[in-house]
Amino acid sequence: MEFKTHIRVRNVNVFYGKEQALKNVSVDIPDRRITAIIGPSGCGKTTLLKSFNRLIDTTDGVRVSGEVSVDGENILDPKVEVTHIRKKMGLLSQKPYPLPMSIYDNVAYGPRIHGIKDKKRLDEIVERYLKQSSLWEEVRDRLRTPASRLSVGQQQRLCLARGLAVEPEIILGDEPTSALDPSSSQRIEQRFLELKNQYTIVIVTHILRQARRLADYVIFLYLGELIEHGTAEEIFENPKEKMTREYIKGIIS
Amino acid sequence: MDRRKIEENIFKGLMNASMLIILASLVFILVTIIVRGLPAMNLAMITQTPKGGYYLGKEGGILNAIVGSLYLAGGATLLAILISLPVVLYLNVYSKKGSRLVAFTRFSFDVLWGVPSIVYGAFGFTIMLFFGLRASLLGGIIAVALLVLPIMSRAMDEVIRMVPQELLESSYALGATRLETAFKVVTRQALPGILTAVLIAFGRGIGDAASVIFTAGFTDYIPYSLLRPAATLPLAIFFQLGTPFPEVQERAYASALILTVIILIISIVSRILITRFTKHIVK
Amino acid sequence: MQTKRLLKDRLASKLMLLLTVSSGLIVFVMAFGLYERSRPILAIKPLSELLFSTSWHPLRGEFGFFPFIMGTLWVTGVAVAIAIPLCLLTAIYLSEYAHRWVREWTKPLIDLLAGIPSVVYGVWGVLIIVPLIKDYVAPFFGTFSSGYSVLAGGVVLAIMVFPIIIHVSVEVFRSVPYEVREASLALGATKWQTVKHVVMRKALPGVIAAIVLGLSRAFGETMAVLMVAGNVAKVPSSILDPAYPLPALIANNYGEMLSVPLYDSALLLSSLALLLVVLFFNIISRVILIRVERSIQ
Repeated sequence: MEFKTHIRVRNVNVFYGKEQALKNVSVDIPDRRITAIIGPSGCGKTTLLKSFNRLIDTTDGVRVSGEVSVDGENILDPKVEVTHIRKKMGLLSQKPYPLPMSIYDNVAYGPRIHGIKDKKRLDEIVERYLKQSSLWEEVRDRLRTPASRLSVGQQQRLCLARGLAVEPEIILGDEPTSALDPSSSQRIEQRFLELKNQYTIVIVTHILRQARRLADYVIFLYLGELIEHGTAEEIFENPKEKMTREYIKGIIS
Repeated sequence: MDRRKIEENIFKGLMNASMLIILASLVFILVTIIVRGLPAMNLAMITQTPKGGYYLGKEGGILNAIVGSLYLAGGATLLAILISLPVVLYLNVYSKKGSRLVAFTRFSFDVLWGVPSIVYGAFGFTIMLFFGLRASLLGGIIAVALLVLPIMSRAMDEVIRMVPQELLESSYALGATRLETAFKVVTRQALPGILTAVLIAFGRGIGDAASVIFTAGFTDYIPYSLLRPAATLPLAIFFQLGTPFPEVQERAYASALILTVIILIISIVSRILITRFTKHIVK
Repeated sequence: MQTKRLLKDRLASKLMLLLTVSSGLIVFVMAFGLYERSRPILAIKPLSELLFSTSWHPLRGEFGFFPFIMGTLWVTGVAVAIAIPLCLLTAIYLSEYAHRWVREWTKPLIDLLAGIPSVVYGVWGVLIIVPLIKDYVAPFFGTFSSGYSVLAGGVVLAIMVFPIIIHVSVEVFRSVPYEVREASLALGATKWQTVKHVVMRKALPGVIAAIVLGLSRAFGETMAVLMVAGNVAKVPSSILDPAYPLPALIANNYGEMLSVPLYDSALLLSSLALLLVVLFFNIISRVILIRVERSIQ
């Protein structure tokens, strides 16, 4: 597969206190494709993802070394403006966490804090991104009601719209469907397949079938180490490493 | 982008300033009391009773108030334990989960917790009138016991609640009754916490003036009977400060120092107990 | 042997139940007792006169509480106005920005403030705040003040309520789940924006409850204000004027209470009023706090 690299990861090590969560991870993440990070629980998938938008900074006692470059900028450099990086990355968490405001305000929150005040523009942004996450039809007449009243599946789509509204380049998904029922999961997966034309998507998942359905590129982590990475075809049909084979077959989980 | 940073930095500055102001006021108060109280301090203050009448006591000390306070706070704390401990044990061992009585009692302790001490004093006064008591050690004990009851109960409740249900169940499984479990197992497990609750209550009781102003009276003598008035440290400070004589006012500062030192000791001891207690809990 | 133990258990259970129910009833007993002794004055004087008359001459049988009610409101108002910004900023700092060890060290120190007895605050107020107002603050504004004033009472009271407002506020902030903060940060918001728009919004009811608890504490505080507020039975017209808060009135006149007719009834009525107001505030904040706890789960 020919691809352009969007995120370049080189020699990333992450320590939580004395424990090493990521050991010397180096990989290239392709532009405008869906990359799935797979591996058993506790292997460092979420840590890697959170290091992309520097949310791990908020944890006490964390040490990160190495380089993660996006468009030539090393985002792990402490001198870099963190909020600027996070704007480039949209995060969809495992459990949807709507902000304590109305549906409209949730989506408008991002644009507002980055300086957009014009009401017409905000209206337009809210409508566009709610449509992109296929939530518009369901909520168009109750935009001002609290977001907490939506169902879990709707909340996750709201969080997707919210994340898209800051116009990121990269979407990060931390097991984005694990808290949802099958039909909502399917809708979110649909969204991802459509969005990959415009955004680079990196999702963490422990559901192998989901990775098969969605991924163009796959990264396999085990106990903090990068075991193998390659196109979906390569990893699923013809894994080179023994551990990868065993994980895919379901022996280690 | 810059505007956001500026706003954040302004508020960060304000936050630091607020913290400093608050901590500084604590230091300021303690330092003032020490600086003004120490010069007037001498051994006689704590070993003698006032000579020359309590308004004009220019010599002697405040032993009457020190002993009086200890008796009064001690008695009140004891009385409060006799009620608090059984009630809290009842709430946690005997009652069923989610019982309305439990919720109501906890709520009413929470609400009582904030009632001003002067109200307890006034109520204590009405009780005394009702029973024909005069201002006395006993009256003071009753009023202060009422005052510290919610405080002690709340502190004990928080501690006893943390005793794991499995511990109770293992006791029951051995055939113990609830009474035996409550007093032999639960109290033993929660003992440091219970002691802390008692100390907190004692500290509150010894420092309070408004509840004893009506009920305990004042005297120059060390109390020898429950039915006679008793002197208390807070009132001693108050009266001494209120005289027009500078020498007596100086003694007020020393008395304030003594009271503050007592309270500080109690605070420190309870803090030590708390840390010992939490070490136990991490099983 | 067995039956003796069971008997003890049953007996103890009944006794403890009795104590528990009695404890729950204390509030009602107190209110009732105070009400009983307030009845004499309530029977004679109309409530409107008691509340709004400014004439306080117990020897002449005139009991207008208005100056004292206003005194209490002024002093409490100043205290709360000073305390709210300082406490909120400190609470936000402690829960959102400070390192863990800073939090661990300052919490006991702030609690220490709560343990200092009221009289000691009063002594400090007399030694430091009163002269400060008399010699610096009043001349700065071009007026004269004896120093014993609403401002003095307000400042001392403010310091006394710092611990409770901060303590409860910090607890409320810490109960906001960190994932909501993460969601905001992930969108590129700064920490301060997250606090302002997200954390505060969720914590607002709890913070209000904390302030109300502080308010109710300030309302009933007696000794410290007694010593610094001036105790002049006139409605204050500025914060540099003296005031006579209700609790101070009650405490100051315990001596003459029984010798003047209706005086004791009047003062006990004030105690009752104080009790009811404080209960009202306490109940409201506790209810809010319970609701906040529930909504977080």
